[in-house]
Amino acid sequence: MKFFETLLAIDRRIIFLLVAIAVTLPLFSKAILHIEVSPTVKAVYDAVESLPPGSKVLASFDYDPASAPELQPMALSFFRHCFSKDLKVIIIGLWPQGPVQANIALEDIFRDPEIKAKNLKYGEDYVNLGYMAGNEIVIQSMGSDIHTTFPVDYSGNRTSELPLMKGIKNFDNIDFVYNLSAGYPGTMEWVQFAVDRFHAILGAGNTAVQAPGMYPYVQTGQLVGVLGGMKGGAEYEIIAKRPARAVSYMFSQGVSHAVVVFFVIIGNLAFFATRGKKKESQEVGKK
Amino acid sequence: MRREVPLIITGVVGITLIMSFFIPHTPFNRLEMLFTHWYQIVAAFAIVLGILNLLRVNLDKAYKRQKDWFFGLVVVASFLLIVIPGFLFSGGRSFQEPGTPFFQIYFYVYVPLMSTMFALLAFFVASASYRAFRARNKEATMLLLAAFFVMLGRVPIGYYLSSWLPENYQLAAVADWIMDFPQTAGQRAIMIGIALGIVSNSLRVILGLERAYIGGE
Repeated sequence: MKFFETLLAIDRRIIFLLVAIAVTLPLFSKAILHIEVSPTVKAVYDAVESLPPGSKVLASFDYDPASAPELQPMALSFFRHCFSKDLKVIIIGLWPQGPVQANIALEDIFRDPEIKAKNLKYGEDYVNLGYMAGNEIVIQSMGSDIHTTFPVDYSGNRTSELPLMKGIKNFDNIDFVYNLSAGYPGTMEWVQFAVDRFHAILGAGNTAVQAPGMYPYVQTGQLVGVLGGMKGGAEYEIIAKRPARAVSYMFSQGVSHAVVVFFVIIGNLAFFATRGKKKESQEVGKK
Repeated sequence: MRREVPLIITGVVGITLIMSFFIPHTPFNRLEMLFTHWYQIVAAFAIVLGILNLLRVNLDKAYKRQKDWFFGLVVVASFLLIVIPGFLFSGGRSFQEPGTPFFQIYFYVYVPLMSTMFALLAFFVASASYRAFRARNKEATMLLLAAFFVMLGRVPIGYYLSSWLPENYQLAAVADWIMDFPQTAGQRAIMIGIALGIVSNSLRVILGLERAYIGGE
């Protein structure tokens, strides 16, 4: 009994230390663990895979650096997939930091020899239209006219003068929309405005916290599929046969999950073991 | 007039946008376009207003030496540290290009700070789950079991722990079942409830019955 009481009163700094060890030590391991690809991730991959070369893909970066460890690997694998299939990528952001995160991902992906060899040109193969204030109203406005919503790209070039943007008016001219989201505005707003209103085809990558909220949209077909958290990113890398950052982080995430579960079990064992004693002392107190 | 004008604007814009959803033709589609552009302009001004308010509140706090005034100065200094290089030394409109001073500050200061703040969650979640996640009653026990299966089923360790079981009974399969059925059903119920609430509240705002947003009751 004394043992469990001591366990319940354990200093939280010891818990912090154990979590730190659980998170950091596996990062030094090169082990690639078994990762099962879920149907929702496969659906997003298949949707991109089925697009013919030259198709126009809109990628909306709706997150900030806080969520980058989960969402940046998804951005990398998505860009790699699009560029290796010669798809044309249009980047926007409903979060101010989104287009910068896209630039960071592009910088990373252009180091890949396979992508570098394609000699991709800004304005022809990809564009970054930048951030636009207005949350979901921006999506609604894009449904009418993308050029009036984004008159210039993120570095001030007129959108109408970019070769890639010629012939694109609204979602009718976009073959696939991919949303990386960490909250509001995000995937829910893209479903409500771009999909329900303008019939866009949408796939998404979400933080693990947000992904469960998207499952109803996947079941109804409003959302092609969803990548949930780092696991979703890792699954995409596995199915694309390019294991990268997310796969390497999965060992760390797995061990940290196991440590939290271990804490929950120990905490409950101690709780039940000391509960009877607490009741007894409460009754004595009442008497 | 200070109350009537906002009420009229809200009513007209709200009704027009609803009409344009069902009748996407002239004049409603044109009005919708106009209103969405106005909204974007107002939203952009709101950002400027937010910045000015941030500076005013924090400078005021520092000037009056209120509690934690030093942090107010840190906010203002951080603001200037990223705005001045962004505006003056990062190539004008191309300030977000990799390699500019703005990008360097963003990448080497802002990104690690934000990531660190978010990463702290892991420690607090672990500590909180140890102290508070208890099977005190039936509902808490169900939540605990669901968390147990999903947390282990969603990571490779779950596969190694249960790979000896038939496929449908492995931790990943149980986690998928929880996510696909009970979780989705719960989410859907919440979403429908929220949507009905939004519809009724929006109608009250459009019809001028709900006036809290203009300082009424």
